[in-house]
Amino acid sequence: MTAVTDTRKAGRWLYVASVGLLCAWVIIPLYFLLINTLSSPETVNSFPKPFIPEFDLGSLQFFAGFQGMLVALKNSVVVAVLTMIISISIGAPAGYALSRFDFRGKEVFRLLILLTRAFPLPLLALPLAVLFIRTGLDDTAVGLALVHTTLAIPFAVLITFSLFSGIPIELEEAAWTLGCTRFTAFTKVVLPLILPGIAASAIFAFVISWNEVFAAAVLTIENRTLPAFLLQTLAESPMHLKFAGGFILVVPALIFIFAVRKYLFAMWGIANR
Amino acid sequence: MNARLLPYLLILPVTLFLCVFFLYPFILVAQQAFSNGGEASLQNFRDVIGYWKFPISLRNTFLLAIIVVPIQLALSLLMATMVSKMKKGRDLVLYVWTIPLGISDLAAGIIWLAIFEQSGFLNSMLAGVGAVDAPVNFLSYQNTFIVFLAIMLAEIWRATAIMLVIIVAGIGLIPKEYYEAAEVFGASPWKRFVKITLPLLRPSLQTALILRVVLAFEVFAVVAALGGTLFPVLMGEIYSYQFDLQNGGNAAALALIVLGISLAFTLIILRALRVPKGATI
Amino acid sequence: MAEIQIKNVAKNFGGYQALHDIDLTISDQEFMVLLGASGCGKTTLLRIVAGLETATTGEVWINGRRVDHLPPKERGIAMVFQNYAVFPHLTVFENIGFGLRMQKMPNDEVKRRVERCASLMHIEQLLKRYSGELSGGQRQRVAVARALAMEPDVILMDEPLSNLDALLRLEMRAELKGVLADSKTTAIYVTHDQVEAMSLADRISVMHQGRIVQAASPIEVYRNPAAEFVAGFIGNPPMNFLRAEAAGAGKWSVAGQTVDGPAASGPLQYAIRPEDLRLSDQGLPARVKLVEPLGAHLQVTCDVDGTAIRAVLDSDLTLKPGDAIHLAPQPDRVRWFDPNTTKAVQ
Repeated sequence: MTAVTDTRKAGRWLYVASVGLLCAWVIIPLYFLLINTLSSPETVNSFPKPFIPEFDLGSLQFFAGFQGMLVALKNSVVVAVLTMIISISIGAPAGYALSRFDFRGKEVFRLLILLTRAFPLPLLALPLAVLFIRTGLDDTAVGLALVHTTLAIPFAVLITFSLFSGIPIELEEAAWTLGCTRFTAFTKVVLPLILPGIAASAIFAFVISWNEVFAAAVLTIENRTLPAFLLQTLAESPMHLKFAGGFILVVPALIFIFAVRKYLFAMWGIANR
Repeated sequence: MNARLLPYLLILPVTLFLCVFFLYPFILVAQQAFSNGGEASLQNFRDVIGYWKFPISLRNTFLLAIIVVPIQLALSLLMATMVSKMKKGRDLVLYVWTIPLGISDLAAGIIWLAIFEQSGFLNSMLAGVGAVDAPVNFLSYQNTFIVFLAIMLAEIWRATAIMLVIIVAGIGLIPKEYYEAAEVFGASPWKRFVKITLPLLRPSLQTALILRVVLAFEVFAVVAALGGTLFPVLMGEIYSYQFDLQNGGNAAALALIVLGISLAFTLIILRALRVPKGATI
Repeated sequence: MAEIQIKNVAKNFGGYQALHDIDLTISDQEFMVLLGASGCGKTTLLRIVAGLETATTGEVWINGRRVDHLPPKERGIAMVFQNYAVFPHLTVFENIGFGLRMQKMPNDEVKRRVERCASLMHIEQLLKRYSGELSGGQRQRVAVARALAMEPDVILMDEPLSNLDALLRLEMRAELKGVLADSKTTAIYVTHDQVEAMSLADRISVMHQGRIVQAASPIEVYRNPAAEFVAGFIGNPPMNFLRAEAAGAGKWSVAGQTVDGPAASGPLQYAIRPEDLRLSDQGLPARVKLVEPLGAHLQVTCDVDGTAIRAVLDSDLTLKPGDAIHLAPQPDRVRWFDPNTTKAVQ
């Protein structure tokens, strides 16, 4: 009897300890980055490192003052916002079509969308670079946003598909019988119900663009985004600049996962059905 | 509005977009790869494969994928199982575990750089416990194994979350009754995992593995941040063909090789984990 | 004044014929119930009238106006859905007033109508609530009030009570009947519950496999089923059938007994309702197989000439399995069906 409860207790301890360990595995590297970011450049380059941050804004100030860095940050935001707008505005209608209509070719279309995820999409930036030079889209925020949209679009379609599927069609039908057209039923009934979810998928698109390095590095020269700028200067930039830049890259991610955590799982559940 | 045409109208923008920015560049890559000075030729492929760095970067990329992906699969299955039993704090733990999902490979590389660089936290810790006298330069050509280890850890740290999310979502789709039925018939927790969770999870495992394997062959920024040129990988070679060597044809050819490898693995995974018709949940 | 005419309507869902050639006229202020088992096409027909589904062929006329090419909002209809479809992001007040707002009706008029309909459905005290704070029965009331507020020519109801529990369903049924009679609208009501159909309808259309088998008043459908299907579907327990062989002009042999019947040739089906059978010294010879005391009466299943026959008898009787009895049918309640056409024979 005691042997059984003992193994139970041991198992319980093991379980809690492993959960704690795995949480630490995720958080501790982030904590190290935080220490480096909130330390003066001298401390960052010194040895040994302190294990608590000294809350010195020197590194961040250096980052802000570094030639081209703030412009890169601004470019990143512009590209990400554009990606967000384009991918949602063309992805959401497709998500709606997938959830509301049975049409010939629906399965093929869905498969196509899923398949784009299986391609190493950043590679496609190479030929687009040539195309963009011809059309004057090279080195512009719009051009890069278009490429980032190809990355974000499968997710935009799939998340909005699952969101629309969560709204009973009867609500729309009721609106039609109460004097709405297809369009007004959408704006008066579906849209208010779906807005938080749309916001979540928009954030998702934002972060996909925000994080993308390869296409950004290929397609921009003067107007580098932050990841592209960091990549370009990796070899020669001082440590404290890398860490401050990395930190700025990470912050939106933390907020993003928090904002969309409810939708992350729903989205993949639907996508695999 | 004609209800028959409406769905096509709604998917038209995405379709057009993908044609222009997915299909068309894909064709261009292929064209560029298979031509040399305006003529159809395999010269680009010969150049790329013949280059001394190709076998090394191919081996490194494969090695990384073969070691990292199975560890991630096991880890994410373990985490998902742990979380499925959790009553208190499930949301918090899931949030923490999915944080790396939003972190770019470049940022992840930088984060692990903070640990492995010469004046970094690993050296500080080792010095703290007196294991080393002077900081070791881990990320140097003398320590290629540690470079590899750092890249591997950074990859595992960063990209397990996406598999975790897909698998947790998949487990959520499996009705509880199956487990209860199995328990009534006397199946142990391990048996329940092997006989119910794994087979019913096949569609999710498919997606998770395809996505992960494709991304594993695209590994680039983590390596750039941690290894620089010490650990050449395929994607990094494409980058250097394009920029350092200004050779678009070779870059395209190598890109197609990466694409081919990704596709081959996608097909293998689809085949290995196919779900018999009618055996879905 | 709103008469509904359904002319030759057929519906084909990608190879599956859901409705065949439906012809039905529903007169002004009539309460028409479409009754049938699931999959019989009753909901499809209702949705075609509503404009939520397009008929493959045929026409729908409301109020002397052809509407089958019009969107739902231009048909002068209101609809109550099975799962209520109360908008979760709007209050009860805004739900009921939704259609009126769409018509750009002035605020005070909206307020007046919403309050009137809410009091009709006894939900005045819920007007500020959201759908998530309401019970199923309350949501149903909101859905009905929302339809009534439109003051439609036609009100369409798709199994509106089927998601409610039994007691609430009884209560709502009685209320619906009163409210709809007062509103003087024409109503089409879809249900699979025959008791609901009998209690509400002016006329019942019994549907089976995409066809209307019989459209008649509840008592007519019950007493004079037009086809074997109706006889076997309506009534609980349903009508009994026995094989009848011709035994001379107008004479038929049923379970060894000779009875008067229609002048027709060939074998027929002899049909009688369980409650129209009495225990007697003569009549159909039967052997008791199962006795179910149901309180108000006794339901007895017997073997008559190799066929299972059910009789609803007085609950004071003491019968047990194996007893040999005779069941006497009430002669004017006997019906005849042709087994080839399955139609009633006069």
